[in-house]
Amino acid sequence: MDLLANLALGFGQALTPYTLLLALIGCVVGTLVGALPGLGPSNGVALLIPITFSLGFDAMEALVLLTSVYYGCMYGGRISSILLNIPGDEPAMMTCLDGYPMAKQGKASDALAISGVASFVGSFLATVGLMLVAPLLARVAFKFGPAEYFALYLLAFCTLGGLGSNNQAKSAMAAAIGLAIAMVGLDKGTNMPRFTFGNLHLYDGIDFLVAIVGLFAVVEIFLFIESHGRNSAIGVKLEKITVDFKLIWSTRMSMLRGTFLGFIAGILPGAGASLGSFLAYMFEKSVAKDKATFGKGNPKGVAAPEAGNNAAAGGALIPMLTLGVPGSGTTAVMLALLLTLNITPGPLLFTERPEIVWGLIASLFIANIMLLVMNVPMVKVFVHVLSVPGFILLPGVTMVAFVGIYSLSGSSFDMLLMVGFGAMGYVFRKLDIPTVPVILGILLGNSMEDNLRRAMTLSDGDWTYLFSSPIAIGLWIFAIAGFVAPIFLRTFLKPPAHAEAADQD
Amino acid sequence: MAADRYFGLFMLVTALGYILNATTIQDSFITDPVGPRVFPYIIGGAIVLSAIAMIVKPDPDAEWPGLSILVQLAIALAVLLGYAFLIKPLGFIATTVLASGILAYQISHRPFASALTGVGLGVGLFVLFRFVLGLSLQGLPQMFIS
Repeated sequence: MDLLANLALGFGQALTPYTLLLALIGCVVGTLVGALPGLGPSNGVALLIPITFSLGFDAMEALVLLTSVYYGCMYGGRISSILLNIPGDEPAMMTCLDGYPMAKQGKASDALAISGVASFVGSFLATVGLMLVAPLLARVAFKFGPAEYFALYLLAFCTLGGLGSNNQAKSAMAAAIGLAIAMVGLDKGTNMPRFTFGNLHLYDGIDFLVAIVGLFAVVEIFLFIESHGRNSAIGVKLEKITVDFKLIWSTRMSMLRGTFLGFIAGILPGAGASLGSFLAYMFEKSVAKDKATFGKGNPKGVAAPEAGNNAAAGGALIPMLTLGVPGSGTTAVMLALLLTLNITPGPLLFTERPEIVWGLIASLFIANIMLLVMNVPMVKVFVHVLSVPGFILLPGVTMVAFVGIYSLSGSSFDMLLMVGFGAMGYVFRKLDIPTVPVILGILLGNSMEDNLRRAMTLSDGDWTYLFSSPIAIGLWIFAIAGFVAPIFLRTFLKPPAHAEAADQD
Repeated sequence: MAADRYFGLFMLVTALGYILNATTIQDSFITDPVGPRVFPYIIGGAIVLSAIAMIVKPDPDAEWPGLSILVQLAIALAVLLGYAFLIKPLGFIATTVLASGILAYQISHRPFASALTGVGLGVGLFVLFRFVLGLSLQGLPQMFIS
């Protein structure tokens, strides 16, 4: 059994006392960050990557720590979604729809327990799926040449833009801006400076970590000042936590359906977790007999999207690990993590560095079990975080962001850039331009160009080479469909979600 | 309405500048059929197209903050930029106390609580990062050290 041997290898990597300790720390920190109102997985991991590197962990340790933080944020995010109606990130939005009404009816502890178990089911099964599917996909990915990779990157931008935003032009703009930023620095092919304006700091290019921390963490302070602390913590009362096993058991099918849909959505490159939790919720609503109670505190409306959200997070790791194409903001941040650790995701990763892949999978299992234990009986501890006032929280987050970038590079220039990205993130948020494609563009820009140029070198400058293989043609078709189809589908898909979200206030 | 158009126009000009700048990228003795300029041209083109789309078909405007909040935001931005410049000469503690104190005041409008937040974050984060996590942060102003 190849699989078991691999798993044993992974657990051998991830089960040392030291890594277990790191996983525990990561889970606690992650849940805390995730529980903070408005902060989600991508903020949390973005904030902590630079610091992790400055602390000098090796690849495996950093990976264990930050995947625990990632999953911890996913678990923690539901706390602020349910108790405050403030999702930490877009995928968590669907949990608010029924979670918050439940909390208002005094059933907060049920909602938290159900969502905790649903998170566990979703991400545990998705990790099993990841384990089974990823090696297969990695084998297919060996057939990918530069032309296919170029088309694949395009597909990721198109579907991310198509499904994740309300305006195609804006997401295309965001992706192009990210790509444009990636071009800054010395050109890999010719070693000639591009867009550096003679500034030596720019010769190495713009560090994607600076952009990520700016766009995902620093931006929050601006948004918070603008909202005038409107979203700041409100006194949340949580009665004694009782776990109603019967109620949880009654939502089992919702969890499984949500897991399945979320996992599938997660695998699609570019689609990711938002689509997963959305589909899970809408499907659950459509099969339910008691449709009218959805949005008014139906436990199934908590279980399904939460399982879907977490399953999608697991599924999204598949294209990220096998192809190097992230499917969501958080997996983009995870990709940044791997790249900083000098691990290049792709099919070769599975054959050349199996200990990394399987160690990661093992640490996902470990983190999940730890989080289930921490989040169902001990949720009360984390609820206290919600009472930290915003005027301590937000400056704190900003200062941690500064420390991270400062200790990473020690340069004032990078900190200025980070603040610049924060301001840019604010303007983009106001204009409803998504920032995830910007990050994706910065992350993938150079290898996208690289693949284009290699394809052209192979074909001696013949552009039709880009469409010369069935895989490439398929990817182009999906890319175009993924970009164009939502324009027509939007009228069907988006309005109900918004209307229901608006009902909450 | 207007915001999208202004932004589209701004990006249109920026993208044209980007393309113009890309024409000045030099070739070297290593060559490939595509060269270092084509991909930037494609990206610039993509920005131009989406900028035109934003100008032609803008979304309804978001609610923009009033003047007083814009001033607050500008102050916050100035604090953050100042932080980036001052952290080296003034050291971590003083800069963090100052910056987080001001930011806390902007959010809470409570001077005493904000001052306390500033001191707490400045000292607390320094202890955490310097002594618990062992990062090489310089805590005190440069002149006290050398």
